Amino acid sequence: MVSLLDKKKTAAQIVANARSEEKMSAYELINGIFSDFMELHGDRLSDDDAAIVGGVAKFNDMPVTVIATNKGKSAEERLRTHFGCPEPSGYRKSLRLIKQAEKFNRPVIALVNTAGAYPGKSAEENGQGEAIAHNLFEISSVKIPVISMIYGEGGSGGALALACGDRVWMFENSMYSVLSPEGFAAILWKDSSRADEAAEVMQLTPEKLLEQHVIDGIVPESRSHKRVFKAVKKILQKELTDLDKLTPSELVEKRHQRFRQF
Amino acid sequence: MQLFDELKTLGHKHIKADKKAGEKVPSGMWIACPKCHQSFYHKDLGVYQVCPNCEYGFRITARERLKWLVDSFSEMDDSLKTTDPLKFPNYQKKLSKARVQTELNDSVLTGIAKVEEQTFGLGIMDPAFIMGSMGTITGEKITRLFERATRQSMPVVLFTASGGARMQEGIFSLMQMAKISQAVKRHSETGLLYITVLTDPTTGGVTASFAMQGDIILAEPRALVGFAGKRVIEQTTHQKVPNDLQDAERVLEHGFIDAIVPRKDMKKKLAWLLDLHSKGSGANG
Repeated sequence: MVSLLDKKKTAAQIVANARSEEKMSAYELINGIFSDFMELHGDRLSDDDAAIVGGVAKFNDMPVTVIATNKGKSAEERLRTHFGCPEPSGYRKSLRLIKQAEKFNRPVIALVNTAGAYPGKSAEENGQGEAIAHNLFEISSVKIPVISMIYGEGGSGGALALACGDRVWMFENSMYSVLSPEGFAAILWKDSSRADEAAEVMQLTPEKLLEQHVIDGIVPESRSHKRVFKAVKKILQKELTDLDKLTPSELVEKRHQRFRQF
Repeated sequence: MQLFDELKTLGHKHIKADKKAGEKVPSGMWIACPKCHQSFYHKDLGVYQVCPNCEYGFRITARERLKWLVDSFSEMDDSLKTTDPLKFPNYQKKLSKARVQTELNDSVLTGIAKVEEQTFGLGIMDPAFIMGSMGTITGEKITRLFERATRQSMPVVLFTASGGARMQEGIFSLMQMAKISQAVKRHSETGLLYITVLTDPTTGGVTASFAMQGDIILAEPRALVGFAGKRVIEQTTHQKVPNDLQDAERVLEHGFIDAIVPRKDMKKKLAWLLDLHSKGSGANG
C-alpha cells in the first residue's frame, strides 16, 4: 500500500488511501475534535441506524451538533453499519438532528466517510430515495451553518445528503464522486477492472474538486492524529467565525449560490 | 373415424413448401409486455402506448407524451448545451445521437403548459436520451423551470424517467441533485404546488432528489421506482430480490407514492388536481 503521506499521488492511490484500514473511525475523529460528545440515537420513526452517528458536543466551548457516517472498527460493527452505508433511517436521524440544531441555533458539523447509501431490499422498501431527497430539500434552507468534511470516501447521493451545506472540506486522502470508480467503469465500459483508469477520468481527488469549486479546501493529513485534529479544529474555527457573521437569510442565500453555479 | 382428413388440410408439408412464409408476416406486429409478458397485436398499444393486459406504460419519448398530455405548450431552454466538464471520450457522439433520437437538447423537455384552464410549468424526462440520465443541462433546465414557476406563481408538474446521474459528467451530475432540490424548496416555500409523476424507470439520483419531493407523488402502473439497481442490491446483499420490489404498486404499499394513475386518465387527473389547488378553487376563493 502507498503511504498516506506520499506527496504526488495518482487518483487510484488516493482512492486506495481513502478506503484504507488506517483511516480514523468516526468516534476517533469526533472525540479528537470535540469535547463532551453525547450521542443521540434514533430517527423517531422506527429505527436507529449505526452507520450514522449523531449527537451534541462542544467545540471550543460552543455547542454544536455533530453528525458522522461510521464504517466501524470491529468486524461486528462493520456488519452492523454495512461498512458505513446508511439505511434510510440514518438519513432520517441526521435530518432530525439538523432540524433540532436549527431550533437551538447551533451549527452542524458533518463528517462523511461512506461509499454511498446502502443498496438493500429493506432500504428500498423504507424509501432510501425519499430519505436522501428529504435531506437535500430541508438542508437547503436551514438557518444555521452546516459544515461538511469528507474524511474518507464521499460516494454519490449518500454522501451529498450530508454535504449539501455551506462549506465542504476534504481530507488530503479522500475522494468524492458520483459513483465508485468500479461502478463507473462497469457502467461505461462494462468492465469494473478498469477502476484505476476510471478514477483518473472522474476527477474525484480533492485537488481536482477544489479547482472546480466543488469543495472549499483540503485538510492536510499526517501520521499523527493529533496534528490532524489540530488542523481540523483550526479550519472549523475559522469557518464558523466567518459564517457567524452572516444573517440567517444571507447564510441561506450564499448556500443557494454555492450550488446554483453548477 | 378421423377428426379431420389430413390430406385435405394445409399440413406442415405445404407450409414448409413456401419458404418465404415467415417473411410475409412483418416483424413488430406482435409485442410482448416486459412486465406481464403477455403478447398482443401492436395496434392494441394505442395512442397511450399501454399494455392492454396490465396497463403498464411503455417507455415513450418526451415529445410523444406531450402530444396527448397538454392543450398547449411553449418550450423553454431548448438550446442549452453541456460544456462536457470531464471532456469525456465519445460523449459528444453519444449526445448527438440522443439529440436526433429525441429531438431534445438534453434528457428533459421543459416549458409552460396549459391543460383545460390550468397553466403550469411542465417538465418531461425522456428515457430515450442516454437512459434519461441527469446531466448538468437536465439539472439546469429543471432548476430554471422551478425558478420561473416561482417568479410567476405557477405550479409545476414533472414526469420523471431516469437511470440516475449521468456518469459522463461526473461530480457535476451529482451537484444537480442539490441545485434542483433548493429550487424545489424555494418554490414550495411560496405555497405553490409541485406534482411528480414517476414513470418507468425512475431511479438513482432522480429518485433521491426531485422525484420524491413532490407535494403529491403519482406514478404510472407498474413503473419501476427505486434508488439502487436490482443487480447492485443482489451483489451487495447476496440475496435474491423479488421481481416486483421496485414496482410502483409495491412502493405505494410502503407509503412513498400517493396514487397510481393510468395514462388515459392522466390529463384529467392533473387538471383536476391543479384546479383543486388553484387560488380560485373552493368556497374560500
